[in-house]
Amino acid sequence: MIEVHNISKSYGSVQALKELSFKVEEGQLYGLIGPDGAGKTTLFRILTTLLLADSGEATMDGLDVKKNYKKIRKMVGYMPERFSLYMDLTVEENLNFFATVFQTTVEENYHLIHDIYQMLEPFKKRKAGDLSGGMKQKLALSCALIHKPRILLLDEPTTGVDPVSRKEFWEMLKKLQQSGLTTLVSTPFLDEAELCDEVALVQNGQILKVDSPHNIAMAYPHRLWQVKSGANYKTLKILKEFDHKISAFAFGNVVHLATNSEVSEEMIEVHLKQNGVEHIQIKPIQAGIEDVFMDLMQ
Amino acid sequence: MEEEKVIEVKNLSKHFGKFKAVDDISFDVKKGEVFGFLGANGAGKTTAIKMLTGIWSSTSGQATVAGFDINKNRNKLKENIGYMSQKFSLYEDLTFKENVRFYGGIYGLSNKEIKLKTEEMIEHLELDNIQNTMISDIPLGWKQKIAFSVAVIHRPKIVFLDEPTSGVDPITRRQFWDLIYETAESGITVFVTTHYMDEAEYCDRISMMVQGRIEALGSLDELLTKHQAKNMDEVFVKLAR
Repeated sequence: MIEVHNISKSYGSVQALKELSFKVEEGQLYGLIGPDGAGKTTLFRILTTLLLADSGEATMDGLDVKKNYKKIRKMVGYMPERFSLYMDLTVEENLNFFATVFQTTVEENYHLIHDIYQMLEPFKKRKAGDLSGGMKQKLALSCALIHKPRILLLDEPTTGVDPVSRKEFWEMLKKLQQSGLTTLVSTPFLDEAELCDEVALVQNGQILKVDSPHNIAMAYPHRLWQVKSGANYKTLKILKEFDHKISAFAFGNVVHLATNSEVSEEMIEVHLKQNGVEHIQIKPIQAGIEDVFMDLMQ
Repeated sequence: MEEEKVIEVKNLSKHFGKFKAVDDISFDVKKGEVFGFLGANGAGKTTAIKMLTGIWSSTSGQATVAGFDINKNRNKLKENIGYMSQKFSLYEDLTFKENVRFYGGIYGLSNKEIKLKTEEMIEHLELDNIQNTMISDIPLGWKQKIAFSVAVIHRPKIVFLDEPTSGVDPITRRQFWDLIYETAESGITVFVTTHYMDEAEYCDRISMMVQGRIEALGSLDELLTKHQAKNMDEVFVKLAR
């Protein structure tokens, strides 16, 4: 369990965290979702006892991050954003090193990393610096798990990672969750929010919203339309000029248009046709996390 | 009339020992096109980009970029392209104005041109309040928009963008793409890599590298039809997994 209560932290005149509060229940997979500069890394450093907050309290499984830092360090697995293993040690050596530092052995907790490490096994004699991005990530996760932590903290594990490896990584997290591990994971990818039990949407050091991904999506306050045509960029520009729009954003090859409840499909179609857009397909849709996030940002 | 080609790649390969990082790829990119260059980590994208930007020579095959041979005319090539990535863009300990002055100078702009460009960018990107702020103190999204404008300060024929929006918030990411479209409409070709599949869908054409080879190339509609997929994410997973 992680409890964060009114945590604030400033660097000079920059306020990185502004009275942040949230709670991660035991066994939850909890997402901290927001862009770079939201304060995610600062929060992780406070929770891992590497940095002191200016004010507020935080506990990990009931232990205060300030008073009980030694105990916390033993029970937390941490995968920082930047790859922080020893590049000139092999895969095997890195894993042994981390096990030894935590006064355990790879054999003792091998069952925890079995699924992940299996994919690394063929490269166990290779230096960590020579691994591909996806492999480095798997090794870093193995090293964060080898001392059997009760809480796992992952700071942007999927940044710079391709869509397939991202999916595989989340499958690993889901599997780990079955062992009862409490996991806090941060990400700038909004689509990953949907894979968490609960999420906090963060921006500029503040929480915009906390809830389950489903509830967050359901609480979207506007009527949302998906508009498709042969010319997406033109359609977007024209919808931005639509009198009744609340917002218009490109989503791949379609546009998401938010309006109030009085706007009908016909009104949108008429506006587009008047401005020379053809092959129009309009349908009402349910908002996703990205729609909500952008709405909260404005 | 045949459309002008800004990149022409024929049977290009780069080997490291026995490992074929780029394995016999061929494709063209047209003037003013937004060309998406996708692939899994380790598929060979970075190696290909390093050859196309004149940093590395090829093991075999040919390519011309902006009309210059990537092996024989590297200096000329570099003068005629722009480049930015999340990792390498602006000097953090210089201000916006100093960065523009520096890059303008490197690309041979006159003092008058640099002054004009600086004013243009301040107006276009609404930088009034931060023109003398150190780049390290400017939020990432803004920084990336400035970096992009600086990368095209010398009006290159083509600009290479390597994961330009990684970690950027969703609204700024879309503003960044507005800049990409404006730039392409002005005739500068945009060659872009991304891990955001919605962004891949904004491209005029998309290519997908798998283990050193180009396994797919076409417009979004062509790729969706060919791979019977709903969106680019599905195409990516089908090809890369």
